[in-house]
Amino acid sequence: MKFPMNTLARPLAALALLLAVAAIFVPGFLHLEIKDGHLYGSLVDILHRAAPLMLAALGMTLVIATRGIDVSVGAVVAIAGTVACVLVGSHGLAVAFAAALGAALLCGLWNGLLVSALGLQPIIATLILMVAGRGLAQLLTDGQILTVYEPASFFWLGGGHLLGLPVSLFVVAAVAGLTAQLMKRTALGLFIQTVGINPVAARLAGVRTAAIVFFVYVYCSLGASLAGLIIASNIKSADANNAGLLLELDAILAVTLGGGQLSGGKFSLAGSLIGALIIQTLTSTIYALGVPPQVTMVVKAVVVFAVCISQSSFWSSRRTA
Amino acid sequence: MAASAVPVLELSGIHKGFPGVKALSDVRLRLFPGEVHALMGQNGAGKSTLIKVLTGLYTPDAGEIRLDGQTIAPSRTEDAQSLGIRTVYQEVNLCTNLSVAENICAGRFPRKSLLGGGRIDWGAVNAEARRVLAQMDLDIDVTAPLSRYSLSVQQMVAIARALRISARVLILDEPTSSLDDAAVQRLFTVLRRLREQGLAILFVTHFLEQTYALADRITVMRNGETEGEYLASELSRLALVNKMVGAPPDQQPTRLDSRAPTVGELALKAEGLSRRGALHPLDLELRRGEVLGLAGLLGSGRTETARLLFGADAADAGHVQTQGRTGRWHSPREAIAAGVAFCSEDRKHEGAILDLSVRDNILLALQARRGLRLVMSREQQQALADDYIRRLGIKTASADTPIGQLSGGNQQKALLARWLATEPAVLILDEPTRGIDVRAKEDLMDAVRALAHKEDGKGMSILFISSELPEVLHCSDRVLVLRDRRAAGVYRRGELDERSVLEVIATEPAAA
Repeated sequence: MKFPMNTLARPLAALALLLAVAAIFVPGFLHLEIKDGHLYGSLVDILHRAAPLMLAALGMTLVIATRGIDVSVGAVVAIAGTVACVLVGSHGLAVAFAAALGAALLCGLWNGLLVSALGLQPIIATLILMVAGRGLAQLLTDGQILTVYEPASFFWLGGGHLLGLPVSLFVVAAVAGLTAQLMKRTALGLFIQTVGINPVAARLAGVRTAAIVFFVYVYCSLGASLAGLIIASNIKSADANNAGLLLELDAILAVTLGGGQLSGGKFSLAGSLIGALIIQTLTSTIYALGVPPQVTMVVKAVVVFAVCISQSSFWSSRRTA
Repeated sequence: MAASAVPVLELSGIHKGFPGVKALSDVRLRLFPGEVHALMGQNGAGKSTLIKVLTGLYTPDAGEIRLDGQTIAPSRTEDAQSLGIRTVYQEVNLCTNLSVAENICAGRFPRKSLLGGGRIDWGAVNAEARRVLAQMDLDIDVTAPLSRYSLSVQQMVAIARALRISARVLILDEPTSSLDDAAVQRLFTVLRRLREQGLAILFVTHFLEQTYALADRITVMRNGETEGEYLASELSRLALVNKMVGAPPDQQPTRLDSRAPTVGELALKAEGLSRRGALHPLDLELRRGEVLGLAGLLGSGRTETARLLFGADAADAGHVQTQGRTGRWHSPREAIAAGVAFCSEDRKHEGAILDLSVRDNILLALQARRGLRLVMSREQQQALADDYIRRLGIKTASADTPIGQLSGGNQQKALLARWLATEPAVLILDEPTRGIDVRAKEDLMDAVRALAHKEDGKGMSILFISSELPEVLHCSDRVLVLRDRRAAGVYRRGELDERSVLEVIATEPAAA
């Protein structure tokens, strides 16, 4: 998969501008220090906090590339986190993680089945799980927030460090790297784009269109489950109501900010990661600036609006016409 | 001819370039009221680009457009429309789920007065649609959904829509490419009537017959430049072809190939293949190294046959036998695995992946057959694409250019390359010559025969479908004539000529 720099230029510029604004107005924003062998600072914090969103955005990128959409990401986050929290005390870390991934796999299979085999509209198909998923997660905990006290190893994923950096970053790097390799070393990226641009022609050329669509929903759910594990590990509990709430919308936004088109086709994994970082930088900076919480959403909306407008095809079509 | 000396629309010195390509260079064009002006040229000659400049879709880099002597600069399609320059595009852009009247009036519905609430006046919409259609001598139910009517009627509706608001200039971009003869005649009657009313009509076509049947004046384009403007009565066909192709006037292409092909073993056989509403049970045999032509009118079941043989549509009954297997396809994948390839007639919707590069488009079917494992290294992919670009003469800036930026004929060639790259045993070509120019057609037909007629008898088996009867007869070793979605007979090369095929087609089927 190629990532042409010109498509990344705008999201990168937006991110750089945001960072520059933050560096000017937030004291010590660029400051990094090593404490207890760990790297600390606002920049590291942003990366760490953006990890779940980046994982969700990677999956959403592929789903959107096939002209689809997955609004059940937040629900899958809740399910995976809850399953892990319910099992980790009694059955240990390995079983808990495996069960969480297994549950997400089932979610992905369900979404894929509805979209590719039954031909439901993606937004409706995944809306079913969006609504039902949190309900399922709440059933597992009787509607209570389930707090995990042990094993301590459970907290490593979302709160621990490796080589001085948050573990969550290694998870993102591994998933992103693996996905990029998958796109580069196999024809998956070509098929995903083909299905997104012209599904009829794709089928006539012999592409397994249904299998490709199936795959992206499963992949998206698995990414969401990793996000769910990181969140649960970080807050040391299962919050079926609020964990990953509206994460799907931020993921869609991240893809869009990264230059992805909701009409499918060409996609950029790197662009979506940058999009996720833009969102998290914005959120963190607004908090750091002490903007009153009631205004936060408005500020966020204005910035997102500006970035989206700057990327609109309106400008490029004016230029080349 | 009621031509006055003053052109209603005049273009001069038009230049237009795209990254890596000079599309138009010093182009000029004059349209006179009450004249049909044919715009002729090969693929990539710049006809489509010129039309897009005229309609405000592209802004020229240099040059002048004058309407009634006034310089105009349409920068949007709405500008051109409000100036009375109306266009009907090659692919009919209508909403088939809406009624005929809605399609004609869409965008400018007659409304009730403000006292009436300013709502759409449906009575007036329908009356208006009837009025415009009556100008064209077309009497159909304007409240029925457009999808109920044939492609030719849809084309007329598209023209009616263009003519509804007082038009000065009517541009028709290959209006006849999907019409059968009767429909073309009907269209021409309408166009002659509009010409008498003083409209200036620009007519883009590849059909010489139609040009001479209709046009008063001809502008020939070649390689993005205006080759010249001629009166149709003063330009012979041979001269016209030579000007389009750019060959010296004394060389007339002569080709006669009556050599009997070496026909090998059975390559593909269909028995009782049928699908409700598409095709009655059909038997068909295709031998190795043979070109089998499918002849028949529009709607006779040509495309339907192709789609069933390829598994694009599922058959209700019957089976297909190839070297590899016997059975009924459930998907194109199965047919491809058995060595069958299918170039659809609808390259925009069923062929080209517009945003992807020419290379990816060429590679797609080969890669899809292999699955996820890359068929070859990036360098080898590039070499394969470059090879086909060279061999088929695909005009593109590079293999990395998105295929959507190529002209229609060049897209067609790239899609042919897609299937040739899979080295199929059976190649189904549905209207491969549609929308491409005379020279490219001949090249393509030569290529088709060359693919099939190998010295060692190990050529491809080709099913050749075209609505151009002379092409089918020229290319095919045998011809299967279809009529009303069933086979009307199979004939060997030489047994039939155009007239006798038409007789077969026109034969009244025996009462059932």
